[in-house]
Amino acid sequence: MNQLKNFTKGFIKENPVFALFLGLCPTLGVTTTAINGMGMGLATTFVLLMSNVVVSLIKNFIPDKVRIPSFIVIIASFVTIVELIMQAYLPALFEALGLFIPLIVVNCIVLGRAEAFASKNTLLSSAIDGLGMGLGFTFALTLLGSVREILGSGSIFGLKFIGGEGILIFILSPGAFIALGYLIVIVNKLSKKGA
Amino acid sequence: MNNLLTVSPSPHEYGKETTKKLMYGVVIALAPALLATIWFFGWAAILITSVSVVSCVIFESLIQKFILRKKPSVSDGSAVVTGLLLAFCLPTNLPIGLIILGALVAIGVGKMTFGGLGNNPFNPALVGRVFLFLSFPVQMTTWPVPKGFKTSFTDAITGATPLSILNENYDKIPVQNIMTDTELAMPGYQQLFWGNMGGSLGEIAAFALLIGLAYLLIRKIITWHIPVSILLTVILFTGILWLANNESNADPLYHLMTGGLLLGAIFMATDYVTSPMSKKGMIIYGVGIGIITVLIRRFGAYPEGVQFAILIMNAFTPLINIYLKPSRFGEEVKNV
Amino acid sequence: MSKKESNLKNMFIALLVITFIASASLGGIYELTKEPIAAAKLEKKNSAIRQVIPEFDNSPTDDIYKKAVNGDTLYFYPGTKGGEPVGTAVETFSNLGFSGEIKIMVGFLPDGTINDVAVLEHAETPGLGDKMERKKSDWSLQFQGKNPESFRLSVKKDGGDVDAITASTISSRAFCDAVERAYEAFRSINQNK
Repeated sequence: MNQLKNFTKGFIKENPVFALFLGLCPTLGVTTTAINGMGMGLATTFVLLMSNVVVSLIKNFIPDKVRIPSFIVIIASFVTIVELIMQAYLPALFEALGLFIPLIVVNCIVLGRAEAFASKNTLLSSAIDGLGMGLGFTFALTLLGSVREILGSGSIFGLKFIGGEGILIFILSPGAFIALGYLIVIVNKLSKKGA
Repeated sequence: MNNLLTVSPSPHEYGKETTKKLMYGVVIALAPALLATIWFFGWAAILITSVSVVSCVIFESLIQKFILRKKPSVSDGSAVVTGLLLAFCLPTNLPIGLIILGALVAIGVGKMTFGGLGNNPFNPALVGRVFLFLSFPVQMTTWPVPKGFKTSFTDAITGATPLSILNENYDKIPVQNIMTDTELAMPGYQQLFWGNMGGSLGEIAAFALLIGLAYLLIRKIITWHIPVSILLTVILFTGILWLANNESNADPLYHLMTGGLLLGAIFMATDYVTSPMSKKGMIIYGVGIGIITVLIRRFGAYPEGVQFAILIMNAFTPLINIYLKPSRFGEEVKNV
Repeated sequence: MSKKESNLKNMFIALLVITFIASASLGGIYELTKEPIAAAKLEKKNSAIRQVIPEFDNSPTDDIYKKAVNGDTLYFYPGTKGGEPVGTAVETFSNLGFSGEIKIMVGFLPDGTINDVAVLEHAETPGLGDKMERKKSDWSLQFQGKNPESFRLSVKKDGGDVDAITASTISSRAFCDAVERAYEAFRSINQNK
């Protein structure tokens, strides 16, 4: 497979959020601000990349029947590592994302890529796939976080550019659904036009 | 509901003439409430209502023309009804920009996203109201005291609604004392009936809404099932609570006449598109709304629950319709 | 290397190796991050203490003591300068919030006056209840310099002296509850002395 295509497919065509609808729990939960979305996305990207690499390395060592528990153990270890490191060196971000970091374990996109891609492909393409998918996820979360932050608090990446209060509902959970719905409409419309 | 509607699965195509007639019937039924609200709130009521109606109509035609690329059907009057109902559940001193935003959400998100009239699962006016309520809780819960044409638009003296006073004080002060406390100034039954209390435009005058109900029933625009089952459920439920403990529960009559209950039960819950089609279904739907309303009012954090109750039961409507299908044309009608 | 067959021995070995490596590496990371995490937590607490009581030169987090009042255990961080007490930071909480527990740090001067308050943790609604945070609004400034002896710690609606956050009476009430709890505990300790 063309490695460049392999890398870019995660952004629009097979974007975990906009096209595959995977990992929606953190997508809806943490994206109250652009920076939270980006932090969550990058944490997931790290886990995706590392678990894809490891799974691809040991894919022949793992007997088929125990592959899922093995993948979960590997993923959970990386998630815990991310959690500990973030807690130690980025306590502010950890406070905002805290609850959702452990949820990366059950984020379908991570297990999904391990099962569907990394366990069948070479080390290099698995790494590229993980990185592409992760960055696609980050892109989606940052976009959603930006939209919600702009509408909900009139700021972007913490920089206030509109005075007064925003439209509060976009910071609350219903606003997450509304914003995500319309983003999906727009992205699908644009990507269909391009294809 | 007339026969034409009961025999075909809701909106689809039922001839423009009929939709139009029904919608303008609803507008006429809303007229007494509109007059009452103008009497109590003066220019502010006229301003809010016209801004809301006009922006709903404009958004509807713009979206139909440029995004859906359909022939605009604003003349069917449904946007006018949405605009009126939206205005009726807003406080009179809401900034104009927020009214326009509410209209955009009601029409754009609540209705057009799903494909326009007939496809919307939720009552558009309520979608607009709840959107504003959750987004601007401060502006949406400052209620000017009605002063007729002397009500100033921007900085009227604001007062709490009877329900919010109750909600603040449940379990702290016995309800009888709340009612008679001069400082809290709870409106009495007569005031509630004739409409002299703080509140949204359309919810303040019980009698005007009841005239509207009578008109809708006489003209057979709606059947009695939904409003009556909602109101009876509220009376029963609050009655039980009140009999069990009248220290910490308001009596059923008070519940009936305060807040948006009458407005919701008569005009919003009965929206054809978002309510069940069969008679049995309507009663289940009404009972559900009644129960959720009282649960939110008495045990929830919000003083008023009608809006949420109707939206929640809107979501159940398709399910109710599956299990309780209206009898098909030609089939013998069993439950009259 | 070809795919391992799924027999009991292979599965056992595979899982054993994977879990062993995973736990070993986690243990290593834990050891590495243990101190920075503790430091980050302490720093958070210290910055709250620095905010709520006047300048001190001891280490209040080392002089911590706790006190149970009405079944709740509160933590006290006394600050001293040159041996003289300058104030006490009390870590207090309330369960009356709109969503979940609210933890705040209240700083008292030795005479019982509130010096300042700082929110440690809360899950109140963004845009409404979260105005109790200093970085969101100046609401909590009204507690500065008030002595609960004469300043009734409840919102005006409940007959107190505190202006509630607009549209967030419940959160404001919870905040008052937490401060009140801290004051009760602070007073009962000082009476015993």
